[in-house]
Amino acid sequence: MAPIAEWLFFFLIFPGLLFSVLLGLVLVWVDRKVTALVQWRAGPPPGQPFWDVLKLMGKEVIVPAQAWAGGFLGLPFVGLAAAGIAATFVWVAAIGIAPSFGGDLIVVVYLLVIPTLAVIMGGAASGNPLGAVGSSRDMKLMLAYELPFVIALLVAVFQKQEIDGELVRAGTMSLSGIVEFQNDAGSILLRPSGAIAFLVALLCAHAKLGFVPFDLAEAECEIGEGALLEYSGAVLGLFKITQAVLLATLPVLLVTVFWGGLTLTTLGVLAFLGKVVLILVLFVLIKNTNPRVRIDQAMRFFWGPLTVLALAALLLAHLGL
Amino acid sequence: MSSPTSKRVVQIGPFHPLLEEPVGFSLGVEGETVVDVDARMDYIHKGIEILAQQRTYDMLPILLERICGICSVTHSVCFCNAAEDLLGVEIPPRAKYIRTIIAELERVHSHLLWVGLAGHFIGYNTVFMWAWKYREPVCDVFEMLTGHRQNSALPMVGGVRRDIPVKYFDEARKTLDMVEGKTQMLTDAVLDDPVLAARLKGVGVLTPEEVMEWGVVGPTARASGVDTDVRRDEPYAAYDELDWEVCLTQNGDVFDKAVVRLLELKESIKILRQCFDRFPEGPLNLGTLHIPRGEGVGRYEAPRGEDIHYLRSNGTNMPERLKVRAPSYTNIASFKASCIGEKISDVTITLAACDPCYSCTERTAVVRAGADQPERTFGDLVRLSQAETRRIAAEMGRAPDLQLT
Repeated sequence: MAPIAEWLFFFLIFPGLLFSVLLGLVLVWVDRKVTALVQWRAGPPPGQPFWDVLKLMGKEVIVPAQAWAGGFLGLPFVGLAAAGIAATFVWVAAIGIAPSFGGDLIVVVYLLVIPTLAVIMGGAASGNPLGAVGSSRDMKLMLAYELPFVIALLVAVFQKQEIDGELVRAGTMSLSGIVEFQNDAGSILLRPSGAIAFLVALLCAHAKLGFVPFDLAEAECEIGEGALLEYSGAVLGLFKITQAVLLATLPVLLVTVFWGGLTLTTLGVLAFLGKVVLILVLFVLIKNTNPRVRIDQAMRFFWGPLTVLALAALLLAHLGL
Repeated sequence: MSSPTSKRVVQIGPFHPLLEEPVGFSLGVEGETVVDVDARMDYIHKGIEILAQQRTYDMLPILLERICGICSVTHSVCFCNAAEDLLGVEIPPRAKYIRTIIAELERVHSHLLWVGLAGHFIGYNTVFMWAWKYREPVCDVFEMLTGHRQNSALPMVGGVRRDIPVKYFDEARKTLDMVEGKTQMLTDAVLDDPVLAARLKGVGVLTPEEVMEWGVVGPTARASGVDTDVRRDEPYAAYDELDWEVCLTQNGDVFDKAVVRLLELKESIKILRQCFDRFPEGPLNLGTLHIPRGEGVGRYEAPRGEDIHYLRSNGTNMPERLKVRAPSYTNIASFKASCIGEKISDVTITLAACDPCYSCTERTAVVRAGADQPERTFGDLVRLSQAETRRIAAEMGRAPDLQLT
């Protein structure tokens, strides 16, 4: 296949949009089922997230009179496309089916911001005051968690390896480089610096997914879904799908960067999926044992303790620990 | 109340995920800070008071049970207190204990319901599900003893209508032991949780002065350290014979309002155990009573605070006037004191923290016509809605579903 056709296939079918959406919806089901078990409920059947999205796709799309229609309807597509490309890069690097280019980690970090930006701008474009409140909260939250998130990912880049009795910085800015490094030197997660950075990145990813306690941008009891308030029908469905793609991407990104890539054996695939589900269950448990925090508390949390922890991890990585 | 003066208004209600019933709050906001709050409580006015004037005294407790979905015992017993105040009679001991038992069971399930809802409002759905799971057996006990999980139809003027089966007391004790353990667990969880403390402490504070000024009642007042409880101050039913305490906390914030309710839960369970142990023999009621001309006032400590019924009788078998003042009616007004200056995210939990029951509270309201809005009578509104129905039907190309005049 020509490279372009190959990458189109990667992006549209596997491991990009189609695969991520399906996997994401399965993971949404895992989330809902585990939540239900924690709360002593039965929970939905496995097909429920699919039916939910399918139902939304068939519903009428209502554009509020005061909304900027172009942005309101266009932004969900931008968000989904960005999430799809991010998923493609992360999975391609994790599986190693194609060589990734140097610096794709930076590209992925940028791409993962875009779905959140789409929600923020969509909420602002809806012209609803509650949507505006949701957007402003989402923006503050994003500013808060991106800083420790990026520092935590840098810890993986700054890892050092002992070669011939000398500490050499072996990490690169490319995801496949980080995976290769871990194949040689073991999981970054097992080092002190890696463990701290993983914890920080996990909490930032939790906020990125908009889960309780960091769901203040949606907070249905306060601002009634916030930025998504005016969305209905297929465009709302697109945001839900984007959310599912992120759910299928962020745990994989965490596993790839901190916990080794995917080896294409039965055991390897099972171990990889196990790690992803484990991270997902961690998300669900954090989500179900905490009340929602206020936006100022969230910002203080991310810019305070988490940034300090991430910087400490970076220092440890520099010392070769 | 005046309408908010600031530029931006965040509307909570009349239908909103925060509200289990329709009520309208307009929050005037600057950024995320609330600078004004206005309430409209006229969406589900049921006209109970006029209905009450068309019912005999025997039928009234049954009607009044339906004022509120949660406090069914509250309003019927409060009315009986008013009628018995008018008559100047004392009810038989067994009736007193039966009223106490159903009243405290109601308080237990009402407080558990609030704990769950409060959890939901701050995004803590696990607490929501767990609290309601523990509430369910309490409703089952209520059903075992009275035949229905909400509306017992037990109270009547001069006593109670039916007996409650003593054979189920053991089962009820077991359920109470379970609920007490779980309440302890919830209390410990609330007191120890740093995130909950960060989220709820210092939020929506009512000072004791504000409590007095706004006439706040019930657990909302007791959370501010104001020592008020009708059960002790003007005992009805069997409360003066039992050993229990009024629970108080000092800070008046949402955290303390939660704690005071959890403490009250345990106190209610203590009262229930004593009632089961000391349950007396004797008649259930005073038989048929003629209610003479006169007026009486009933006070009752509902789960949400002091409920007052005013009854005026003209000597017939129906009241001339029955006035209900539910506890939420005064508590809701205190939002002016507790919400202004808070953030939107804190206001929602503050609104919920007095456990408002809008169904008991709603009144008819006159919405004044503005300059651009003509004043319309009921007939005008009927004609307008019929014209609209005709227009929609014509658009769909078929005759209206209903026969229009």
